[in-house]
Amino acid sequence: MAFYILKRLLAIIPTLFGVAVLIFLLLRVVPGDVVEARYMGEGGQFQSQELMQLERKKLGLDQPLWKQFTTWMAGLARLDFGISMWTGAPITEEIKLRFALSLQLALMASTIATLLAIPLGILAAIKQDTWVDYAVRVFSIAGLAMPSFWLGILMILGMLIIFKWLPPMVFTPLWVNPWENLAQLIWPALAVGYRYSAVSTRMMRSAMLEVLREDYIRTARAKGLWLKLILSRHALKNAILPVLTIISLEFAFLLGGLVVTEQVFNLNGLGMLFVEGIARRDYTLTQALVMLVATFFLTVNFVVDIAYAWLDPRIRYR
Amino acid sequence: MKRLANILALVSGAVLAAGLPAHAQQPRSGGELVFPVPSEPPSYDGHREETFGLIHPFAPFYNTLLRVDPFDKGGTKPAPSIAESWTASPDGLVYTFKLRKGVKFHDGSEMTSKDVKASYDKIIFPPQGVGSTRKGQYAIVESVEAPDAYTVRFKLKSPSGSFIASLLSPYNFIYKADILAKDMHWYETNIMGTGPFTFVEHVKGSHVVGKKFAGYWDKGMPYLDGFRAIFMRDSAAQVAAVRGERAHIQFRSFTPKDRDNLKAALGDKITVQESPWDCILMVGFNHEKKPFGDKRVRRALTLALDRHTGSKALSQIAIVKAVAGVQVPGTPFATPPEELNKLAGYWTDAAKSRAEAKRLLKEAGVPEGFSFTFSNRGLPMPYEPLGVWMIDQWRQIGLNVKQNVIEARAYFGVIRKGDAEVFMDFQCGYIVEPDLDMYKFLSSDRNPANYGRYKDPVLDDLYDKQSRATNLEERKKLIRTFEKRLLDEEVHYMMTLQWHRIVPHSSKVKGWTITPSHYLNNTLDTVWLTQ
Repeated sequence: MAFYILKRLLAIIPTLFGVAVLIFLLLRVVPGDVVEARYMGEGGQFQSQELMQLERKKLGLDQPLWKQFTTWMAGLARLDFGISMWTGAPITEEIKLRFALSLQLALMASTIATLLAIPLGILAAIKQDTWVDYAVRVFSIAGLAMPSFWLGILMILGMLIIFKWLPPMVFTPLWVNPWENLAQLIWPALAVGYRYSAVSTRMMRSAMLEVLREDYIRTARAKGLWLKLILSRHALKNAILPVLTIISLEFAFLLGGLVVTEQVFNLNGLGMLFVEGIARRDYTLTQALVMLVATFFLTVNFVVDIAYAWLDPRIRYR
Repeated sequence: MKRLANILALVSGAVLAAGLPAHAQQPRSGGELVFPVPSEPPSYDGHREETFGLIHPFAPFYNTLLRVDPFDKGGTKPAPSIAESWTASPDGLVYTFKLRKGVKFHDGSEMTSKDVKASYDKIIFPPQGVGSTRKGQYAIVESVEAPDAYTVRFKLKSPSGSFIASLLSPYNFIYKADILAKDMHWYETNIMGTGPFTFVEHVKGSHVVGKKFAGYWDKGMPYLDGFRAIFMRDSAAQVAAVRGERAHIQFRSFTPKDRDNLKAALGDKITVQESPWDCILMVGFNHEKKPFGDKRVRRALTLALDRHTGSKALSQIAIVKAVAGVQVPGTPFATPPEELNKLAGYWTDAAKSRAEAKRLLKEAGVPEGFSFTFSNRGLPMPYEPLGVWMIDQWRQIGLNVKQNVIEARAYFGVIRKGDAEVFMDFQCGYIVEPDLDMYKFLSSDRNPANYGRYKDPVLDDLYDKQSRATNLEERKKLIRTFEKRLLDEEVHYMMTLQWHRIVPHSSKVKGWTITPSHYLNNTLDTVWLTQ
């Protein structure tokens, strides 16, 4: 097991380096830079070239690419993300400001998705081809078909038209005012959670169906075990493996990928910061965010792999 | 009888109040104004930035030397701010400003001419390593002097018809001289002015909060206890905020459809203010690309547009409306419609105009079905509808146009390289003033932002003459000649339609008047809430 963990850990380093090279080059292929975005955004007819050159020099954009890359890598090695080219503030500060909201939203949405997906998937499997199964399938297909931001827009319109009410527009941390916090975040969490529960519900249903047809389940039934016991002790443990992977990866994605939903609900999260970073050609900020999300994905993947190995001993011996 | 008299007095009072302009009603003190801001600035330094995202949430913390009269709908009338009066020497080379006494910074210290001089020196003569985006607008200023604590003197190199207007810039915040002396970059990350509100907090990406400054020099002002500016990129979220009464106003603009939806949903709870907007999209022709170096082709392209019909249709769906020349319609230097309609592309007879366009294309040797690429900026409003409209108009004179949509932030960088043939260009001003509005069209060796890459010494000369003219009528005449040469004779550029600013806001908001510029009128000292 220790060798397996070490092997998986070592694989993370070249992956992260590859991501770093890719994002560094890709950002510089896109036309324009942060100085143009800042001074030419509204026409820039009075802007002098001297001013633009001065700003580029300040940001190190006049340096050759290899030098910019090595400077960035050296910073990363010291866990120093540098400063945002747009605001001049430390990137850790920019991320810290939005991380609490994004993490809470990702946790809430994943919890909602899990709470919906696992019971509904099991229910649909044990009631296969009954009205219960059909209802669950319609519910999950509807979730798959509806983008979460669209559901979010419908929710906002519904609240506005029916209840003449709108969620708060400014984030209040949970520990400051739990009610305000939940009043703002519950709606996007529901919209996103429902969307992601759909995939997991269908996966849970099919995995459960497969497991329920296994010989050992038939044996358990034949020896007269309670259905509840068969499901919880024998079927669920095996059927949940693929669902666990999906929920974990979705959680990693939710942390930085809720761009449109954050926009619809006006949430000051990492997704919005990502889009603004790209639009403003804020290289340092975008690079840091990509590295953060990549690290998060790899960590989640690593944890899932370990969990797999723990749940299914066959994996670690392959 | 007495009761009847009371009722009559009440009714007549209500009628009078309804008929009075908002600023004439009795203002009420208190309340917090909440408004969404669609953009967030990179720093707090007004001398360095050029986005309304800085003005809307941060202008209330500062004063400027002069300001635009907050109740002037035209947005051009100078009014005192921390300068209470000013005079110009007979030769127009020296402007002297008398400052108010008792103006306090938020740290309690007194503001004097030393602070005004230091602020303007930073804008006009920035030291090495300090960026000033407006330095070029004050090229005629020779020096700024502070002969005594309450007098500031600007010496010019030559007389200027636009100097006072240039001091109305809402970006020219007055900073504290002592702070600037220690650190010229301090104001990029800190806020401390003399404005009606003091800074409370800025949570990046989220909001800015300001509270009433008790020591404000204008006694009784501001009326509001404070304000909260919420950064909100998505226009649907902004509309929802106003509709859900979570926000009172968005100071930039909404679309005609948003206005209609808000009015339908909230009725009398919404007041709509509209104005021609000092922003315009124009089409540039790269004179170095064939056949756009030929003025007959350029003239044909402007003649193809039926601006009058287009205005009626597009104003229903986009933030454009008035048919305009180089000045915002209805402002002091704008050409009257009957005169404007004589220019190429402004004729009221569209069939005659298009016949002339076809004739010119034939004469220039441009074949039927000639194809070219029109570069447009990747922004939905109003670039997209205007682009689609123009392509259709050009097709009607036998041209086949392909649209190349370029991502918004990269757009001007790409256009500047000179690869585009015909392209959308943009101009937006903080005040309607010919010097600012026409600078764009100067020869490319004088203005690198002239992406048409042409040189026209006649046009440059006209610009300089109107800029120096201190006689209003003489200046108007020169501006008309400039406009005719630019849009009709040479057609270096062609105008689309003037933007139209639509601000539907809560009827509780009083004391705010729309102007043609979304950069103006954001000090918030005159704004009050009815409840």
